[in-house]
Amino acid sequence: MTPAAQLGWRTGLISLVIFGCLLLVWHLATAPGQSVASAGAGAASAATSAAEDEYAKLMGKGSSSPVKTSGFPGLAQMGQTIRKELAHPFYDNGPNDKGIGIQLGYSLARVGLGFAIAAVVAIPLGFLLGMSPLMQRALNPFIQILKPISPLAWMPLALYTIKDSSISGIFVIFICSVWPMLMNTAFGVASVRRDWLNAAKTLEVKPLRKAFLVILPAAAPTILTGMRISMGIAWLVIVAAEMLVGGTGIGYYVWNEWNNLSLTSVIFAILLIGVTGMLLDLVFARLQKLVTYTE
Amino acid sequence: MPREIDSPLFHTDDAGYAGNICSCGKHASQMQMAHGDGHPAAQQHLRRIRSQDPEPLSNDVVEESVLRALFPQAAQRRGFLRAVGANTARAAIASMFPLDALQAMAQEKNGAIEKKDLKIGFIALTCAAPLIMADPLGFYRKQGLNVSLNKTAGWALIRDKMINKEYDASHFLSPMPLAMSIGAGSHPVQMRIATIQNINGQAITLHVKHKDKRNPGQWNGFRFAVPFEYSMHNFLLRYYLAENGLDPDRDVQIRVTPPPEMVANLRAGNIDGFLGPDPFNQRAVYDEVGFIHILSKEIWDGHPCCAFGMSEDFVKQNPNTFAALFRAVLTAAAMARDPANRSLVAKVISPAAYLNQPETVVEQVLTGRFADGLGNVKTVPGRADFDPVPWDSMAVWILSQLKRWGYVKGEIDYKGIAERVLLLTDAKKYMKELGQPVPDGAYRKHMIMGKEFDPAKADAYVNSFAIKRTS
Repeated sequence: MTPAAQLGWRTGLISLVIFGCLLLVWHLATAPGQSVASAGAGAASAATSAAEDEYAKLMGKGSSSPVKTSGFPGLAQMGQTIRKELAHPFYDNGPNDKGIGIQLGYSLARVGLGFAIAAVVAIPLGFLLGMSPLMQRALNPFIQILKPISPLAWMPLALYTIKDSSISGIFVIFICSVWPMLMNTAFGVASVRRDWLNAAKTLEVKPLRKAFLVILPAAAPTILTGMRISMGIAWLVIVAAEMLVGGTGIGYYVWNEWNNLSLTSVIFAILLIGVTGMLLDLVFARLQKLVTYTE
Repeated sequence: MPREIDSPLFHTDDAGYAGNICSCGKHASQMQMAHGDGHPAAQQHLRRIRSQDPEPLSNDVVEESVLRALFPQAAQRRGFLRAVGANTARAAIASMFPLDALQAMAQEKNGAIEKKDLKIGFIALTCAAPLIMADPLGFYRKQGLNVSLNKTAGWALIRDKMINKEYDASHFLSPMPLAMSIGAGSHPVQMRIATIQNINGQAITLHVKHKDKRNPGQWNGFRFAVPFEYSMHNFLLRYYLAENGLDPDRDVQIRVTPPPEMVANLRAGNIDGFLGPDPFNQRAVYDEVGFIHILSKEIWDGHPCCAFGMSEDFVKQNPNTFAALFRAVLTAAAMARDPANRSLVAKVISPAAYLNQPETVVEQVLTGRFADGLGNVKTVPGRADFDPVPWDSMAVWILSQLKRWGYVKGEIDYKGIAERVLLLTDAKKYMKELGQPVPDGAYRKHMIMGKEFDPAKADAYVNSFAIKRTS
């Protein structure tokens, strides 16, 4: 076994052990409390009057009522929820009850659209800023002021002016993902090596050709870093935005399950959001690798 | 999750609400609204319109009949037209009467629906039971409407989506359309209340740690949640606190929290209690984080809470759709009123697509046999009820509280606003069409915590309170 393979094997093992420990802690932390509670309820219902029995039933505790989930869910409950949600990920019961796959699809579509518009705006503008120090200085104050604004602070303004909640969501994705791309593109373009630009100059390459054949490849890794950061932020923001606006999407799912105080579903959604975010990041990591070059 | 609703509700026959749908009866009622009992001349004209074909002719007749109603004497009418010109006269009349709507209705001969696909907003509350159940029970479909019900995250969003025209009609808190129409809390947008969705059905819920603080005198420093500034919940809570000697602006904190988040906030200890809509009072009991201190019924038995409404523009542009919606929601309200149907209603509205709550919680709210969180099973049949009549006096009370708490400054034209926003005449007309009992009058006296409210003396009522924000 090569040292590299051995290292990979070891890291995998350690990750698995940590995962197992986490599950064990979760199980130990949730299991005993529940058994006490159900035993208590059982004992109570054995020796009570009819009135107390009815009260227990109305509180969802009677022997005939369905199991009520309260407190932090245990592993078994989690497993049940995950199985149930993943068994029918694409069911559609009207506008307020859709499968997790459809919700995730809506969120991905919004993020994709907002992100694409941001890229279309940010990359050419970044080129302009990177190639013209004058423009960079002129626009810098605006960028510095707009950049730190929380995307959600834009939401009321967007709702008021755009007058459409779905487009407002896309706008919020746009406004939060535009800055890292813009800054990174400008930085990447500005730091293309002088020698290459000089060589292009001596060869009398036309400006457009220079932009695509010299500057773009040289700045590509930096641009993709910006895009990767933007995507991370966009995925963070979509959940919050959908919780605020509602309707569809994974954020709406979390909000809707919170209404029902269903922690298992919320945890399930959190895990799913994490996994999806990781996959999105992986895509950009792969792209980044593709355009990186060694001198 | 497939919908498994097996109930006799699905097999109601059409006999009650099919047929005898008058396509253009509405102008008669609008004329009545405008001129007291209506001028026979105007009604005669309107009746004649139905048998006439060409559009321009009918438009002219409508205009003329309105003009005739305004100026019954021919000389006076001609004088007015000469003085201001025909176009100005038309504009002046249009600013006072829904001329477009009248003309649109006059052209409509068989009551064809102008807009079939409708988006209706709702908050997941038992208050919205009629407008929600009308969907799974097929009442909208029966009226030829294809309705999509959209669960919405909070009241501010309902307001914004109605202003944006994303929704065609919506579940409202009854004070919202009044506030929106007079421009309180938003720029003025004319909204209308077609029906009151529910009466009673709210409660003051406190955290279980306050079980020994049943006297409001002990609530100094408490933090309460209400769903929205312009809500009956806010006004009833303020009323209750003030009657018990607490100043709601100084002695306690009242914060706006969307209803679905109230229980989570109560559990977290963020708030000490809330005057909230159901099923969240019952849900707090079910989750053992709260107990029901009093029902809102004990403050004002029969108080309105939520409403069903739309914009004035929608009513004008889609008179037949409006009528169809009206019939669907009134049919549902009549069904929800009957105590025998309450368990079924609970079953129909509990699934994830609507309230997303355990059925037993919703059932306790609707049947009025419930656990109070203190170990008692209570039976209060009127805990939640569904009386659709939008009494103008209810709007006057709401306006009196808007004034009392400083949300609106200066003089208020109580009756003018109430009669403009609440479509009482239409509600009565459609209730009659559906064979439902129609009460007389528009104003009633209400008893609120033992104090009589006379809608004719709203300003005196506001001034009679010791704790108020009027200067």
